[in-house]
Amino acid sequence: MKKIEVRDLDLFYGEVQALKKINLDVEPNSVLALIGPSGCGKSTFIRTLNRMNDLIEGVKISGTVLLDGKDIYKEVDVIELRKKVGMVFQKPNPFPMTVYDNVAYGPRIHGIRDKRTLNEIVEKSLKAAALWDEVKDRLHHSALSLSGGQQQRLCIARTLAVEPEVILMDEPTSALDPISTMKIEELIEELKKKYTIIIVTHNMQQAGRVSDYTAFFLNGELVEWGPTDQVFYNPKDKRTEDYITGRFG
Amino acid sequence: MDKRYEVARKRQDMLGKVIVFSSAVLLIVLVISLFYFVASKGLSTFIVNKIPLKEFLFSAEWRPDREVPQVGALPFIVGSVLVSIFAILISAPLGVSSAIFMVEISKKMGQKILQPAIEIFVGIPSVVYGWLGLSVLVPFISKHFGGLGFSLLAGILVLAIMTLPTITSVSADTIRSLPVEIREASYALGATRWQTIRHVLIPAAKPGILTAIILGLARAFGEALAVQMVIGNRPVIPKSFLEPMSTITSIITMEMGNTVMGTAWNNALWSLALLLLIISFFFIILIRLVGRRGMYR
Amino acid sequence: MKAKLYDKIATIYFYVVAGFLVAFLISLIGYILYQGRTRLNLSFLTSPPKFMEAGGGIGPQLFNSIELLVITLIISVPIGLGAGIYMAEYARPGLFTEVIRLSVETLSSMPSIVVGLFGLLVFVTMTGWGYSLMAGALALTVLNLPVMTRVSEDAIKSVPSSLREASFALGATKWQTITKVVVPAAMPGILTGIILTAGRIFGEAAALLYTAGMSSPALNFSNLNPSSPTSPLNLFRPAETLAVYIWKVNSEGLAPDARQIADGASAVLLLAVLTFNLFARWLGGVLYRRMTGER
Repeated sequence: MKKIEVRDLDLFYGEVQALKKINLDVEPNSVLALIGPSGCGKSTFIRTLNRMNDLIEGVKISGTVLLDGKDIYKEVDVIELRKKVGMVFQKPNPFPMTVYDNVAYGPRIHGIRDKRTLNEIVEKSLKAAALWDEVKDRLHHSALSLSGGQQQRLCIARTLAVEPEVILMDEPTSALDPISTMKIEELIEELKKKYTIIIVTHNMQQAGRVSDYTAFFLNGELVEWGPTDQVFYNPKDKRTEDYITGRFG
Repeated sequence: MDKRYEVARKRQDMLGKVIVFSSAVLLIVLVISLFYFVASKGLSTFIVNKIPLKEFLFSAEWRPDREVPQVGALPFIVGSVLVSIFAILISAPLGVSSAIFMVEISKKMGQKILQPAIEIFVGIPSVVYGWLGLSVLVPFISKHFGGLGFSLLAGILVLAIMTLPTITSVSADTIRSLPVEIREASYALGATRWQTIRHVLIPAAKPGILTAIILGLARAFGEALAVQMVIGNRPVIPKSFLEPMSTITSIITMEMGNTVMGTAWNNALWSLALLLLIISFFFIILIRLVGRRGMYR
Repeated sequence: MKAKLYDKIATIYFYVVAGFLVAFLISLIGYILYQGRTRLNLSFLTSPPKFMEAGGGIGPQLFNSIELLVITLIISVPIGLGAGIYMAEYARPGLFTEVIRLSVETLSSMPSIVVGLFGLLVFVTMTGWGYSLMAGALALTVLNLPVMTRVSEDAIKSVPSSLREASFALGATKWQTITKVVVPAAMPGILTGIILTAGRIFGEAAALLYTAGMSSPALNFSNLNPSSPTSPLNLFRPAETLAVYIWKVNSEGLAPDARQIADGASAVLLLAVLTFNLFARWLGGVLYRRMTGER
């Protein structure tokens, strides 16, 4: 069974149509990369999957998005949905709290009060985000004292602490240096054993390195999607080929 | 997941919204009841005591303790207008100049010295300004210009100091928020700093500066104690800067405690309060109209 | 090269204005403190005032000012914060929001003497409390609410939306996001604002003349019975504050040293306000550094 199925998804910002009839499936425990020039709708699309677009005034959506066969706009409570579908943002956005409190925030708001359970979750999540060794001695320092790369891994740990099934990543490395980027990419490789990952990236090499599937967006349309190798080396659509070859020089 | 916790969480979410919503509604209720209560007392001068609005606004005879009370409020209205306008004539140029200094001339000194100084000016309580006026300014005026010292001039000077910080900080905010590009455009054409200030920045910031001046005027109009302490409180229209006088706020301050609720005298004071309320609301509307004309907002 | 000359002259002019204002402020403060210096001692601060004879202090007035400040903040901070949260997080553009905004503006430009008269009518007469601490606190609340609302709204609006998104993306409700992420992140701004408004409340007099009253019963600090008129816990006793006292001493002071008393009281009031101001700056800086993780 597919993890996510998107059927005929349209999205309007007021009068402007930002997504046009998107159809796409996501396999469980795979990494799907969304590529395309900026403004092509890939970030808008990823935000429809956990209904972050609900927060924006004047957004209209039609079509269906199924998560495990259930329509997330009709059959699933938005808060339940966001627990299942976590998100990592473009710029690291840790809360102005301690490292510990950042990770414990999610479990706490979902009703976990027990100190020992929280400690376990924090440790497990930080380990899964490959950050534990670097911060275990300063769990109670401000999260803002971490470096940019560490902050982004903290944000990943914060997402993992809620035990999602799907993780959305909106250009998670665009604000980071190459070494931090490499660490996050290794982490993605590790995480896909347990989670389904959808990542927006403007970096073609990154898409090639980390993803199993690739989807190419242009002007709000999904031009083509399939296994990454196929999209990269044997694209069906002329526009995809132009974009990829253009990018590779 | 614990279903009960989910339900409690949803309820809490609703409840929170209701609480903050009611706080906001309370503000509306407060304004309405302020107008309602002050109007209900203030209108009785005209409804119960049958004093024509024309007499109240345009007669200079304030003899509310007579058998047939006369409550001409003209001296107070004129007094408030005179003292406020002259105060602004002094504080507006100084305030705008210091705002320009802070933003354009020396950012560093502005931030480190002038800005904190302006904030302290705002913080000094009005009774302290009044006390300073009374113990320094009034004797000074009396000694060097003659008269008692309690005068229109003293009121003007005290209010000029009190309205200055308002004008400075609002103007500074406006000038600061002007886009960098228009400064650069002017300098790129070879303009000096003064030319840029005079021909580009001040015109562009005009609506904001006007707002600042109206806010200062509103503050001057509504200030009670500091003015009351230095103007001598004679219910007449002053013929020179050195004569004692009264304002709307000063007469309310002085006489409210000495009158009995329900008498024509007391009602007339409430009418003055209503007048103040209407004027301050008028200033707010004026600011909104001016603000809407802003170019860079 | 006329333009250059004018530029020089203008620059000099602006320096003169700025210098004059700063010098003026320094001499103002210096004068007040100098005049009040002989009274800045413990006995003046704690002993009760005397009627018709010299040597009285400002003890009860100072205490009343502090108590009134605390009660006003207890009432007005939660409501103002609530309204600020509403305006920053829930309000949608429209007529209703516009009406609230207009109300806030109207309240904040309301002359305080008018607020005092409103208090006289509603909190003093209609409630039957008479001139009382409570009536004064409510009048000050009317003055403070719009300021508090604005301060909280501004502080909350300046919290980056990425923090809200992160919280929502974790499945938090709106209320959880506001109380656990947004308001804590806005705290430095809110706290600084509270302290600055506290200074204003402390120095307010016009709104209190006819609400908290112009008299103060002698206080007995061992009397903890809230219904007794001499108990400091009695919220319904008349409570003249320091600022009101300065005004009263000037207009009807009968003690032979009225002038010195007013000098001393002004110096105390000024020092209190300066302390609030400095404290707000310091706290703002500390909280800001802690938030951003600098050490």
